[in-house]
Amino acid sequence: MKTQTMYEKIWETHLVRASADEVPILYIDTHLVHEVTSPQAFEGLRLNNRKVRRPELTFATMDHNVPTTDRSLPIKDLIAAKQMETLAQNCAEFDIPLYDINSPEQGIVHVIGPELGITQPGKTIVCGDSHTSTHGALGALAFGIGTSEIEHVLATQCLLQHKSETFEIRVDGTLPYGVTAKDIILSIIGHIGIDGGNGAVVEYTGSTIRSLSIEERMTVCNMSIEAGARAGMIAPDDKTYQYLAGKRFAPKGEDFDAAVERWKQLPTDEGANYDRTLTLDAADIAPQVTWGTNPGMVTDVTGRVPNPVDMDTTDEKRAAEHALEYMDLQPGTPMTDIAVDRVFIGSCTNSRISDLRAAAEVVKGRKVADTVNAMVVPGSQAVKRQAEAEGLDDIFRSAGFEWREAGCSMCLGMNPDILMPGQRCASTSNRNFEGRQGKGGRTHLVSPQMAAATAVTGHFVDIREFSP
Amino acid sequence: MEAFKEHVGLVVPLDRINVDTDQIIPKQFLKRIERTGFGEFLFYDWRYLENGDPNPEFVLNHPRYAGASILIAGANFGCGSSREHAPWALQQYGFKAILAPSFADIFRNNCYKNGILPIALPADVIASLSQEAHDTEGYRLMVDLEEQSVICPDGTAHTYEIGDFEKYCLLNGLDEIGWTLQYETDIAAYENRTA
Repeated sequence: MKTQTMYEKIWETHLVRASADEVPILYIDTHLVHEVTSPQAFEGLRLNNRKVRRPELTFATMDHNVPTTDRSLPIKDLIAAKQMETLAQNCAEFDIPLYDINSPEQGIVHVIGPELGITQPGKTIVCGDSHTSTHGALGALAFGIGTSEIEHVLATQCLLQHKSETFEIRVDGTLPYGVTAKDIILSIIGHIGIDGGNGAVVEYTGSTIRSLSIEERMTVCNMSIEAGARAGMIAPDDKTYQYLAGKRFAPKGEDFDAAVERWKQLPTDEGANYDRTLTLDAADIAPQVTWGTNPGMVTDVTGRVPNPVDMDTTDEKRAAEHALEYMDLQPGTPMTDIAVDRVFIGSCTNSRISDLRAAAEVVKGRKVADTVNAMVVPGSQAVKRQAEAEGLDDIFRSAGFEWREAGCSMCLGMNPDILMPGQRCASTSNRNFEGRQGKGGRTHLVSPQMAAATAVTGHFVDIREFSP
Repeated sequence: MEAFKEHVGLVVPLDRINVDTDQIIPKQFLKRIERTGFGEFLFYDWRYLENGDPNPEFVLNHPRYAGASILIAGANFGCGSSREHAPWALQQYGFKAILAPSFADIFRNNCYKNGILPIALPADVIASLSQEAHDTEGYRLMVDLEEQSVICPDGTAHTYEIGDFEKYCLLNGLDEIGWTLQYETDIAAYENRTA
C-alpha cells in the first residue's frame, strides 16, 4: 500500500491540474485577507477587468495597522485609515465578508481564523502574511503569499505551486516545568537556523507536540516561517475536533461527524517517508531568550550573550558583531542581567486566551517594575471579551499593564505602538529584526510567562526560579 | 510584467547574510495602497541618517555604486515577512538581478512575479564576485537568462538553476493569472468534484 505524509495527502486532493511539464495548479479552500498586502491585488483585478472567483471562500479583517487605543476615536494616522477604508471598499465591491475595526469578531487574522472555525483540518489556506503557517496547527496546509499571488487566488481560487520537501521535526518527552510551546519553537530555530527549513513543509510530531493544546500548537506552527519553512503542520487529533466543535464556520451535527471521519484519514501513514527528519528531546529545552537580530540568535535564559569570535563562519561572526552592536550588548553578559524598558504581550504568536492566562498567573498580585512600560494586546476582540469575563484585565491593569484593543500592534509597529530608538523590549512576538518594533528598538523574543516575569522584575528572569 | 532576457549592469556588494524584508522595506512604507513609489524607501534605515540625509557609510550611497542594477548579498536574502513591497522596492530602485548563495522562499517567488531575477550561486562564487565588486571600480556583470549564466568581464561564466516555468514566465513577461485562467474548465471540474 502507498504510504503518504499528511502534506502529500492534502497536496494530492487539491490538485486541479498536474501535467508533467507544467507547474501544478493547486486549489485553495480558504483565502484570508488583511488591509496591508491586499490593496494592490484588488487594483490588479480592476485593471484587468477580473472578478473574485469565490468571494464566499475569502475572509477579510483589519489587523496590521489598527490602533489599539479607544476605537470610538477617529484614527489619527490618515494613511493607515485610508488603507483600512480601501479594504472596506474592496470587500464591498467584490462581496467579501469583512470583520472590520468595529466588528466584535475583529482580530489578528491568524487568531480569528481558528477562533471562528474557518481553519479546519485538510484545508489549503493562504494569506498575504508569512505567519499563515499558524493554521497548520489544526492539520491544514497553510502558507504565506505575496500580493501578486493574492491577486492570483482572488481571480482563480488557485495557485501555481511546486511541491515542497517534507521535514519532520519530532519532539518527544515531557516538557519541563516553565518551558512552553514558544520555547520549543525558539529552540528548534536555534538548532536548525533561520534558513534551516527553507521552502520545506514541516510536520511537527512526537509525544511533546501531541501533549500541547491547540493554541500551543498554533504558537509552534506560527514560527515555522522563522526557520524559512513554507508551512508548518500538526496532525489533527481529538483535541482538534473538540476545539472545532461548535465553532461558527465548523460543520454542524451529522456534517461534523462526517468531517471528523474525513479528518481522521489525514495523519501521516505509518512508515511514510519524510525528506528530512530532526528529533529533539523535550527534556533538553530550557526557557529561551533571543539576544540578536533574528530569531535564530537565541539562547537559554541561563545562558550568556555569545562572543562573535566563537561563531563558525566569517559571515556569522560579522552578523553577530552587527547584532550585538545594534542590540548594545556585550559578549558574556548573563541573559538575566539584561534590563528592559518595555514588555509586549501580544501578536499572532502569543495573544490567545491561554497565553493571557499564563501571563496573568505570573503577574497576579505583583506590580510592573517602575522602570518598565508593559502592555497586553489581545489577539482578537473575542479573546479580549473572554479575558475580561475571567477578570484577567483587572489582574494586568492593577499590576500596571496597559490593556488594549485587538491587533498586530507592536509586533511590527505599523500602528502607533512602537519602541523608541534605544528602547529594549521583552516581546512575545515572532521577529527581533532590526527596527521591527520601531526604528532603533531592541527586541528580545520570549514566552508570555517569561515576558510577564520580566515586566515584574525589570530584567530577564528564569521563570523556573520565579516563585509562583 | 516586463520580460527579462539578459542584462548587463553595475554590481553592488551588500556584505550581509540573512537580510530580512523588514530591512529591505521597513513597515512604515507598507501603508501605501499603490504599487509604485517604493524605490526611494529601499533599505531605508540603513540608507538614511536620522535627519533624512543619505548615510555615507551605506554601500548603496557610495558614488561609485550609483546606478547599480545587480545586487550581491549574503545567504538567505529576503527572509521574514511575505511583503511583496520588498521586490517592488528593489525593482523600482533599479535592480534587475540579485545574486546570493540562497534566498528565502516567499521572497524568491515574489521576485519572479516582478521581473527580478534571483540567482543562487555557490557561496565561494558569490564571495569572489563580491570581492571583485569591491576591488574593481565599475565592475559589471552580464546576466543571461536564456543560457542561465552569469558572465564575468573576463568571460568566465557561472551557470545557475531556475525552474522551467519561472524561466518561461520571465522570458515572456507572462501574466500568470492569464495562464491559470486558460484552465478554467479544470478549475470548474475540480469545484464540481469536491462540492
